[in-house]
Amino acid sequence: MADNLGTSPDEVQFRFRDDDPVDHGTVTVDSALEQTNANAVRIEPGDDARLLLPFLDRLALVEVNFPAFGDGRGYSAARILREAGYAGELRAVGDVLIDQLSHMRRCGFDSFAPDKRLDEDDAARAFATWENVYQRAADARVIIADKRHEA
Amino acid sequence: MYRYDQYDQAMVDARVEEFRDQARRRLEGKLTEDQFKPLRLMNGLYLQLHAYMLRVAIPYGTLNAHQMEALADIAEKYDRGYGHFTTRQNIQYNWIKLEDAADILADLSKVEMHAIQTSGNCIRNISADHFAGAAADEVVDPRPYAELMRQWSSFHPEFTYLPRKFKIAVIGSETDRAAMRLHDIGIRIVKRDGEVGAQFFAGGGMGRTPMIAPMIRDFVPLDQLIIYAEACLRVYNRYGRRDNKYKARIKILVHELGAAEYTRQVEDEFAHMLSVGIEPPREELARIAAHFAPPAFVDGPKTLDRSDPDFALWVDRNTHRHQHDAYVSAVISLKPAGGIPGDATADQMRLMARLAKQYSFDELRVMHTQNVLLPHVRIADLHAVWSALDEAGLGSPNMDTIEDIIACPGLDYCSLANARSIPLAQRISERFAASGRTAELGELKLKISGCINACGHHHAGHIGILGVDKKGTENFQLSLGGSEAEDVSLAKITGPGFDEDGVVAAVEKVTDVYLGAREDGERFLDTYRRIGMEPFKEALYGR
Amino acid sequence: MKILTGNDLRSGAVTWWNGTGWSLFVDDAVDVGDEAKEILAREEAARRVNVPYVIEATIDAGGHVRPAHIKDRVRALGPTVRRDLAVPTAAKTGWDWVI
Repeated sequence: MADNLGTSPDEVQFRFRDDDPVDHGTVTVDSALEQTNANAVRIEPGDDARLLLPFLDRLALVEVNFPAFGDGRGYSAARILREAGYAGELRAVGDVLIDQLSHMRRCGFDSFAPDKRLDEDDAARAFATWENVYQRAADARVIIADKRHEA
Repeated sequence: MYRYDQYDQAMVDARVEEFRDQARRRLEGKLTEDQFKPLRLMNGLYLQLHAYMLRVAIPYGTLNAHQMEALADIAEKYDRGYGHFTTRQNIQYNWIKLEDAADILADLSKVEMHAIQTSGNCIRNISADHFAGAAADEVVDPRPYAELMRQWSSFHPEFTYLPRKFKIAVIGSETDRAAMRLHDIGIRIVKRDGEVGAQFFAGGGMGRTPMIAPMIRDFVPLDQLIIYAEACLRVYNRYGRRDNKYKARIKILVHELGAAEYTRQVEDEFAHMLSVGIEPPREELARIAAHFAPPAFVDGPKTLDRSDPDFALWVDRNTHRHQHDAYVSAVISLKPAGGIPGDATADQMRLMARLAKQYSFDELRVMHTQNVLLPHVRIADLHAVWSALDEAGLGSPNMDTIEDIIACPGLDYCSLANARSIPLAQRISERFAASGRTAELGELKLKISGCINACGHHHAGHIGILGVDKKGTENFQLSLGGSEAEDVSLAKITGPGFDEDGVVAAVEKVTDVYLGAREDGERFLDTYRRIGMEPFKEALYGR
Repeated sequence: MKILTGNDLRSGAVTWWNGTGWSLFVDDAVDVGDEAKEILAREEAARRVNVPYVIEATIDAGGHVRPAHIKDRVRALGPTVRRDLAVPTAAKTGWDWVI
């Protein structure tokens, strides 16, 4: 493999899946387009997540890198993959902080490998921040507007 | 007006606790200032020159008496007895302590208010026509759509770390009283063959590169409004520039791609999102709209006793035609001559609240002109309203005149400012009030910003003033010919800047040129557009 | 001379480095010479001050510490348009000092 990037399973601090994690690194989006056997990809902020749509079936791990927490392109990348039916692991890596966790979860991330390990209590609180939500997103939560109009 | 249900209340309460926790982590050293800053900003908390500043959202400018009283209480309990109403229909407090901020948010939540997303690189508080639900020329009341969008944009998981801030305005008439086309997205609710829909404009804005938003879609069906907005935002989030903070607003993306290409990308995303189906159920809009049902207007006299000339002048200047002919909308001027534009004391807020309760169906509006509106006042009650206002120093008859100056806080308060805006506004309003020429000049919108960020909307002023830093001293650039209304245009700079005395004199000179050249019925702006910049330049700089 | 200023983390109040701590009065500011970086890092890490920075200043004819930039002079006294809310030393300095 030309490139072997990314985080290893032991760097993952939070994971909301039951399957076994991929045990090797990821390749860039460009490499993934060339390699027919790549099953783990890393998306950088400038990458177009839609390029991966034809290969979603063979992917088991997509890492989305947040080099700086203020760059929010990865949130769109995550939702685009989930909207297209991607069911594998979607891992947020890099400058992942407490206060971004709940939004990332809503956009479809189901594992988190922060550069700096996070306080477990603070993180638990952050994941549970919103009892209800206004918008439809990549999670299947029933939104407030639907609850209001339940028969 | 809209009232929270258990869900809205729970969202705001959760936010208060989240912020309390964030502030705790900051004070304990678990968060650095770099990490905390975007979090506090998304709760409206800035660090300004003298203290923290808290900006409280007033969604589409609407509030009731109880809420205004709560704002007054906060001014006294946590600040120094006053607040400042802003050009985006919010209020900000200048002397806030970080350790009080969560308690203030808790006080706000008790009256269904918050400071959510009043700053930060997210979707900001939605603004709207301040005459919504009252103006005689209204086609559709924009408030239900603004509220629908408020909920959609609150804590949006995908759009909380946009390239830059994002401002949306919604109007519902041909007349534009919300500077709609100078917003990142401007929406005009329209009626076509009896069907209501939304006209979308994208890529407007002021700041260092002012742009007028082009229309990107003439008609979005109402049950696709949120999807279309989401498509606009996703294209921006993915492709808006992040390499340069000054080129990160959507106006630059739309400009660089071209409106047609941006629109194409939005339409593609929109088509995709239609298949995903993210719109809230149609009944939700109906539920929200029910909150904005017109109040129980009653017939009454349509004329009034004009024997008191001061009262008659105020009526002519500060009232606006209402949908019901026994009512008007009455503007409470926060622009006394020599005063600080947009500032109100706690006592003045309480008076406005009382008048709203007594005379305006418990409703107030914050106007983007930094005034406050009583939207529904019976003509029969106008004299009583005016008398109370006049006594409290809130009765200046100067709406849309040269004394009705928009000014940002400027270097007296703001850490971004290069020059002071308020003293200039004070001197100009004082000068014209004293010379008695205000009435003669008629509609003349003067707007002052203390820096290039243009919070004082100087690009959109018939006369605009921009404060700059010239080798450590304050200097002021004059510009002419802007408008934020339906005849939107961007002001042009006259030439070299002036010092403070110089720019006050320059404003007088350009008004002289106008009075000398105007033809029947022309406003300052009309005369400028007819005769062009040259005569003004000549008067200002000679040959 | 070089002096240090910032805002108090909790209250947001404008403060000036006086050699041992942070004072509310600009006249207490001391010349930090080339030690600015060290003091700033230490004080910010201790969360005694928020976003502190170093500025140029002079001692003016009246014996007052006068920051070189107008922005810091406004910070030192308070808003020029609300003199009733100024820091208590403003009366000694006078408002002409700002401009």
